Amino acid sequence: MAARSKLGRFFYSALTLVAVLGMICVAPFAASANVLDAPLARLEADSFSETTKAIEEIARSGAPAAATLLQAMADRRLLFDPTTRTVAVKDAAGKLLDPRTLQPLASPPSGLSPVRINNRLRGLIDAELGTLALVSPDRAKRLEAADAVFKSRKASDLEAVELAISRERDSAVATALRKAHSAIQLAKEDASLSVKLAAVGELGAFTDTDTLGLLNQTLASARQPELRASLEAAITRIEHQRQLLAGVQNVIYGLSLGSVLLLAAIGLAITFGVMGVINMAHGEMVMLGAYTTFVVQEAFRTWAPGAFDLSLPIAIPLAFGFTGLVGIAIERGIIRFLYGRPLETLLATWGVSLVLQQAVRTTFGPTNREVGNPSYMSGGFEVFGVSITWGRLWIIVFTLVVFAGLQLVLRATRLGLEMRAVTQNRRMAGSMGIRSARVDALTFGLGSGIAGIAGVALSQIDNVSPNLGQSYIVDSFMVVVFGGVGNLWGTFVSAFALGIANKLLEPVAGAVLAKIFILVLLILFIQKRPRGLFALKGRAVEA
Amino acid sequence: MSITRRRVLGGVALIASLALGAPAALAQDTIKVGVLHSLSGTMAISETTLKDVMLMLIEEQNKKGGLLGKKLEAVVVDPASNWPLFAEKARELIAQKKVSAVFGCWTSVSRKSVLPVFKELNNILFYPVQYEGEESERNVFYTGAAPNQQAIPAVDYLMSKDGGEVKRWVLAGTDYVYPRTTNKILEAYLLAKGVAKEDIMINYTPFGHSDWQTIVADIVKFGSAGKKTAVVSTINGDANVPFYKELANKGVKATDIPVVAFSVGEEELAGVDTKNLVGHLAAWNYFQSVKDPANDAFITKWREFTKNPKRVTNDPMEAHVIGFNMWVKAVEKAGTVDPDKVIDAIVGIEVPNLTGGVSKMLPNHHITKPVLIGEIKTDGQFDVVWQTKGLVPGDAWTDYLEGSKDLEADWVGKKCGNFNTKTNKCGS
Repeated sequence: MAARSKLGRFFYSALTLVAVLGMICVAPFAASANVLDAPLARLEADSFSETTKAIEEIARSGAPAAATLLQAMADRRLLFDPTTRTVAVKDAAGKLLDPRTLQPLASPPSGLSPVRINNRLRGLIDAELGTLALVSPDRAKRLEAADAVFKSRKASDLEAVELAISRERDSAVATALRKAHSAIQLAKEDASLSVKLAAVGELGAFTDTDTLGLLNQTLASARQPELRASLEAAITRIEHQRQLLAGVQNVIYGLSLGSVLLLAAIGLAITFGVMGVINMAHGEMVMLGAYTTFVVQEAFRTWAPGAFDLSLPIAIPLAFGFTGLVGIAIERGIIRFLYGRPLETLLATWGVSLVLQQAVRTTFGPTNREVGNPSYMSGGFEVFGVSITWGRLWIIVFTLVVFAGLQLVLRATRLGLEMRAVTQNRRMAGSMGIRSARVDALTFGLGSGIAGIAGVALSQIDNVSPNLGQSYIVDSFMVVVFGGVGNLWGTFVSAFALGIANKLLEPVAGAVLAKIFILVLLILFIQKRPRGLFALKGRAVEA
Repeated sequence: MSITRRRVLGGVALIASLALGAPAALAQDTIKVGVLHSLSGTMAISETTLKDVMLMLIEEQNKKGGLLGKKLEAVVVDPASNWPLFAEKARELIAQKKVSAVFGCWTSVSRKSVLPVFKELNNILFYPVQYEGEESERNVFYTGAAPNQQAIPAVDYLMSKDGGEVKRWVLAGTDYVYPRTTNKILEAYLLAKGVAKEDIMINYTPFGHSDWQTIVADIVKFGSAGKKTAVVSTINGDANVPFYKELANKGVKATDIPVVAFSVGEEELAGVDTKNLVGHLAAWNYFQSVKDPANDAFITKWREFTKNPKRVTNDPMEAHVIGFNMWVKAVEKAGTVDPDKVIDAIVGIEVPNLTGGVSKMLPNHHITKPVLIGEIKTDGQFDVVWQTKGLVPGDAWTDYLEGSKDLEADWVGKKCGNFNTKTNKCGS
């Protein structure tokens, strides 16, 4: 026995010696080689499974360039060339860098193409980057990282998250980190029951869908009855809360839809409601406004890409002016000859709408045009579990401003007074010295101009194509007729009423049935009250 | 010389005969090819491009010396996105303009509307768009994808490890025949694959739907059940842009809930800000980004023809290229443009497609195609992340629906588009 162990010890020391010798021999090579060599070599295979391994190895390598490399891979800026076996990183300025040192490459090879990734790899990169970015000085990055860790819930991140929590000063990031921490503990296989129960308790305080998803997922595999019970309780609580919020959420969706309807209809409320012209080309005015936005944005893209956020404020007056002028031209050129003949007006303006559509199609092509969202119009936020997107919120605000502005014009300006006078009694107004023809043209121009600025707003949520107007014309007439022809407040109430009714019906009946249902209701309502919600009384009715 | 009624009449007759006679004389030297795509109205957005492709292909064939020693002549009509007008214009092309074959239609309803005309006047239609299947007509050649060449492989991909092992499915579509039939087939397929009924959500929206708030919220809620969720979208054309915008604004990323679309290609993305769409998927049989010499040559020619160095190409365009080349080969093989002879000659014809394979016309009048899955890149192009090994033969009648799985189309042996293998009779 003793002899054997002696022999064993001898072998052991011999092995150690060999190992040490080996290390000494290898060391000089290791110094010139790089921890990133092996993972970078994997990228040359151009296969997703090799790239998967490379991502993990890069993240674990501890190399200072790791985060930069992974970010570059996610952005498709990590390039490789199979023939010369080189990997390069393209930085924001388009310069090619060496992935190991992040110094500019002396002789960049020509056959570079991006390392391909798919959604699975993208998720993996997000998770790895999340771990690396937990200690980033940038608050937004830390928030993103906490979210990424929450989604990946790798047990290996636990220590990093605990360290990050102890350092975190920002309360929002700290909350996100604690959420991620609980998620990891809940997902960890060897965590004790009490730890898991505490994690469920913490997560139960959140109401977002991601947490709900995590709890549901855990419930599907949970065995211990206590854990199951507490998970079920948390899920029921969250679902209950979300259900309560769903009503509020639907009303907010309805307000948003209502604001879009109002914006599209408000111009028609003037041309059709106040002037009585059945203007089928109204939708095309909206479309022209949207194309004006496109042209303005193109100009910004070409000459001032840095000031892109300003494109919308600039597009609004331009769209108003342009579509207003087109409106005046249509009124002077066609409609004024047709006053008092509604059928001819309808057909003529319908013809105008087709001409405008085809003109735009010939000029800009039949395909959609890209109108970008400025930064303040993209993304969203959550208040008390109700999610609101910025674009929609600004459109509601914008609609209210436009409506208030229009009321102001009609109530407080001379033009408004003349407009009301002409529409109430044309001959009387004429005999008081109002040039009714000029007022007609300006009123039509005002209505068209407002349709134009509606187009600016709608370009943010819908496609900019020659068909844009057609999808709004029916809805606009619906709103104006329902609200009562000739009454702006009627249009206001009817737009929001239709919007909210539609959105409350949609979850129950589905989008198609909801729309049909609203139409049927509207027809029945018009049967009962042909003049809409708020009928005008008096002489204007007979005019 | 006084002007008499007879003289005037004679003059009119002379002018008329000159005006009519000239094209009549020309017509004998040319082979006419009908192009039946909407150039105005809602479908112009997609169909105008296909008209241009046909003009380019015909011009190119003429440069090569035409066909059977004659020049080809394109006859373009505009059915204006109006379904009954499609039938009228088809009749005009065949009966009055005497075309030898027609390339056209986009929507299924337009195809259904021209079918009786093609049957009655016995002519040939090449239909280039992916469609719901459940049809095989003697006079129609379907060069777009049948459901088994697009929808089913896409679902298979999402179920695979690389696709994210999706367990929960949202089938979202526009409310008309193509999405309804495709979703019926997909639902049957998913159920057969062991997906539980409560893990499938089906949602339909009207044409041009622009307010997606409720539906996107529903999808997010559906996705919070703790299983990987994906959206299979048969949402048509224009409604896609607001849908993707709403998804992006709600913060739904492709890594959370991927959307695989069957109607979104390079042309559609040209009008979208793609920075938030990266990673969402599309299933097609062709992508512009495919690296292949034939494709590179095609893209170069297309950009020269349209004089637009940024012009994109898409899947239905490739389908027309394949269809046109097959027709040319069939005419050469038959030695005539007579529709009956061409219909018989074209089955079995093989032409190279633009993705490096060779597509073949099958007896069921569908073709073999590769299936590619692409992820949207920031530049509006697709990165092919998966593709089938070899080409997939188009199946007219799906194997996953009752009443359809026993049917078989064979215009060579059985001379029948819906042969029932159970009853051994033509016609279900």
